[in-house]
Amino acid sequence: MTDSKYFTTTKKGEVFEMRSELNSEKKEKKREAVKKVIASMTVGKDVSALFPDVVNCMQTDNLELKKLVYLYLMNYAKSQPDMAIMAVNTFVKDCEDANPLIRALAVRTMGCIRVDKITEYLCEPLRKCLKDEDPYVRKTAAVCVAKLYDINAQLVEDQGFLDALRDLLSDSNPMVVANAVASMSEINEASGHPVIEMNPQTINKLLTALNECTEWGQVFILDFLANYIPKDDREAQSICERVTPRLAHANAAVVLSAVKVAMKLMEMMPNDSEYVITLTKKLAPPLVTLLSSEPEVQYVALRNINLIVQKRPDILKHEMKVFFVKYNDPIYVKLEKLDIMIRLATQANIAQVLAELKEYATEVDVDFVRKSVRAIGRCAIKVEQSAERCVSTLLDLIQTKVNYVVQEAVVVIKDIFRKYPNKYESIISTLCENLDTLDEPDARASMIWIIGEYAERIDNADELLESFLDGFHDENTQVQLALLTAIVKLFLKRPTATQELIQQVLSLATQESDNPDLRDRGYIYWRLLSTDPAAAKEVVLAEKPLISEETDLLEPTLLDELICNIASLASVYHKPPSAFVEGSRGFRKALPARFGSRDERDLSTLPTTSERLA
Amino acid sequence: MIGGLFIYNHKGEVLISRVFRDDIGRNAVDAFRVNVIHARQQVRSPVTNIARTSFFHIKRGNIWFAAVTKQNVNAAMVFEFLLKMVEVMQSYFGKISEDNIKNNFVLIYELLDEILDFGYAQNTDVGILKTFITQQGIKGTQSKEEQAQITSQSKEEQTQITSQVTGQITHRRVGIKYRRNELFLDTIEYVNLLMSQQGQILSAHVAGKVVMKSYLSGMPECKFGINDKIQMDSKGKTTTEDPSRSGKASIAIDDCQFHQCVKLSKFESEHSISFIPPDGEFELMRYRTTKDISLPFRIIPLVREFERTKMEVKIVLKSTFKPSLLAQKIEVRIPTPLNTSGVQLICMKGKAKYKSSENAIVWKIKRMGGMKESQISAEIELLQTNDKKKWTRPPISMNFEVPFAPSGLKVRYLKVFESKINYSDQDVIKWVRYIGRSGLYETRC
Repeated sequence: MTDSKYFTTTKKGEVFEMRSELNSEKKEKKREAVKKVIASMTVGKDVSALFPDVVNCMQTDNLELKKLVYLYLMNYAKSQPDMAIMAVNTFVKDCEDANPLIRALAVRTMGCIRVDKITEYLCEPLRKCLKDEDPYVRKTAAVCVAKLYDINAQLVEDQGFLDALRDLLSDSNPMVVANAVASMSEINEASGHPVIEMNPQTINKLLTALNECTEWGQVFILDFLANYIPKDDREAQSICERVTPRLAHANAAVVLSAVKVAMKLMEMMPNDSEYVITLTKKLAPPLVTLLSSEPEVQYVALRNINLIVQKRPDILKHEMKVFFVKYNDPIYVKLEKLDIMIRLATQANIAQVLAELKEYATEVDVDFVRKSVRAIGRCAIKVEQSAERCVSTLLDLIQTKVNYVVQEAVVVIKDIFRKYPNKYESIISTLCENLDTLDEPDARASMIWIIGEYAERIDNADELLESFLDGFHDENTQVQLALLTAIVKLFLKRPTATQELIQQVLSLATQESDNPDLRDRGYIYWRLLSTDPAAAKEVVLAEKPLISEETDLLEPTLLDELICNIASLASVYHKPPSAFVEGSRGFRKALPARFGSRDERDLSTLPTTSERLA
Repeated sequence: MIGGLFIYNHKGEVLISRVFRDDIGRNAVDAFRVNVIHARQQVRSPVTNIARTSFFHIKRGNIWFAAVTKQNVNAAMVFEFLLKMVEVMQSYFGKISEDNIKNNFVLIYELLDEILDFGYAQNTDVGILKTFITQQGIKGTQSKEEQAQITSQSKEEQTQITSQVTGQITHRRVGIKYRRNELFLDTIEYVNLLMSQQGQILSAHVAGKVVMKSYLSGMPECKFGINDKIQMDSKGKTTTEDPSRSGKASIAIDDCQFHQCVKLSKFESEHSISFIPPDGEFELMRYRTTKDISLPFRIIPLVREFERTKMEVKIVLKSTFKPSLLAQKIEVRIPTPLNTSGVQLICMKGKAKYKSSENAIVWKIKRMGGMKESQISAEIELLQTNDKKKWTRPPISMNFEVPFAPSGLKVRYLKVFESKINYSDQDVIKWVRYIGRSGLYETRC
């Protein structure tokens, strides 16, 4: 029989049965019983009633049994604090065991038991373990300090464990250093202020350990280094030079963390310096390589590349092709690639991009197709020379009559009109033909906007708009508002034939609607029109500002904060950590100022107190 | 860092649950089940945020692996860790399946305890873990005798283990001895291609890896050399090799990545690849090239649609490598519309079959020499449907294996130095092999 049998016991009275087995004289039977308890615990059954019986099995030479009992303790000690005390003696004894594996196991487990009384007893063993002769014990103790800090920060400070941790940063063993760094970072983050002064000597030690520790340790160290601000651009460059070899590591997390350090330090160096130019070139290949990792890792990489492309477009400007979507990519990878393609689109590569986008717009996944259509519109707005090609591509797509494609196309064509007014009105007739198929508010509102804007060129504009009025109250607010404005525009352009229409819409909006926004807008138009039609014309038909070239760019301060958080969850969500981490006291990360930049000059020219005027 | 780790079966039942942080409660387990595993829509992202708790997941077969956190963790590391964890499990008990996980749950807890402390990843090297994680994995069919032997270790063994786990060379045991020192190098390349209908290369790249199997005594220092342009140039000498023999003297590598054992700072400064290899098999390097790729095959598609009930597909397959070489396991996959009712096939070489369950015509050829050409033509009958949705032709894809490296990469040398044990570079028996395989090799039609 194999271990899966432990998952299948569902009888009543099994707790009772397990208890008698736990108290069995036979070692083998005891072990079996503990396994059964752990299996029950895993599937969510409450086996806390067995606490004393399980703890009784703790004193054993059998390492396997000991590990199982410890696992149980970690889970239930909190709910049985008084009885957990029973385990303390064994813990303390185990911390003195001759076998380093047992010493480490004991200190590791003790740190996970969040019971105040046990925590008190933890201090002495922990102090010893932090200075243990065996590196395996020391690296475990290093993490234990962070555990203890989480339970009782004051205790850690009072007991001087922070100093001990600081000493471990210069330990001879790279893995101890890495864990001490991880522990330290967590404490820094939790306390909201750095508990350790970072100086060039410590940084130097960490950079040395970087070459020797495990891949995970390298990530801890790199993430820690990313928070350090060098004193000048020379120090920044020398750190950068020692970090960039990591870009060739097989582990994507190591690569991304190295990218983060480089991106941050580059801020401190002049953009035209030779080093920055070479570094920019060096960063591209590893980023591209990340796209051949597992899809989940690719996703994280793509979300980060999206940020990097916004911050420093030069890095990946020649790499458009690698972001082309593959037929078998998971949808989340496809959508991200699409975003980056648009960001990288330029006059030079637009033909290729458009050909791809057109291909994507015929795929199956609705979200992906919609986003592709939208992307074509964004290309038109971004690269003026391509606008005509984009518009004709969109027209082709409208001809496919696929409902959601048509709707999405109408929405983006409205944006194109806003960017290039009076340029492509020849396509309006095609759009009007598809009026009936539009059933989404966005598309309807866009279409209505287009009709209003170009009312003087559409012979039957009044009929078209009137057709929307029938179901006015069933429309979405967005559509109602658009319709109101469009009819006002029409009236101002062709006052004679549309008297009735304007009356109708104004009364619908003001008297029959209970939506305050709509009513307000209706009254404003009404009064404008009745008091001063000329002024109304000036207001309603005023020239609109063009929409900007780059849409959905992140706001610069947020972008900078996210660059400091490359590889982290924040960079995946594109949100600052404070938006999703509860009670985060962590200081907002900001990019370092370029050395000798204006901010600093301003400071230095401030009059000092000694120069106070008499 | 990682606050908790859960493994579920396809029904969403928990098989393994390990919580490292106080902020992750039992409700997190249920939240993931309800919102991701049982979600009505297919999951749109491998990262999900539910009530301020973030869930990272990967899936292997029917099994879901989820890491949970409330903090701003390093997301790349969490996924890399999950992937590594799966790899560790596989090396202990083979295939990831519900049965195997249930059968090995004690082992899994023990492993987790060792590779993750308070949510921080620790040493995950399989070779090292196996020296002290006492449980032996139970593979599906093994008998009880083979499981769980608790060995009692001597004091020396214990300290050796701990220095091993934390040491500078965390990937190799000391005191390895072989009577015959031998090593194997496999250069395996995956050629990826996306070609337009008109035969224009939209994108092409080679993703290659060098896999090394080493059976060497002691702590050997190895130096590895390839015909990489930069590596060759940095040696400051023009290549003396006969260029006609190797085709290209040197190749341009866009990017390469190395196993943990390679000294990266040395690579950066001297462009030399030096390392102490783990024992047995490992992936020494991965690389990518985009220039001067010799594409082994070319597909020329011709598709004609007649009205709504008939389609004609004709495909010419050309092999473009040296006539003396032989490609194997060639397979061309031609997608067919969903409303296909019948297919007539004629092919000059190999066997072709219409597989209705896969909506594709699969054309297989066992072997094909270089500079040859073959053809298949298919007549596809279609059912009339009212379905307005247009069928979008997926690209024609192909698989193959060729006995050369399409990137042009050559291994120039692998030198072994072990100063403490009495064997020299010449005593080591070395084997090199090149395999070129299809990655995503597609032609749009």
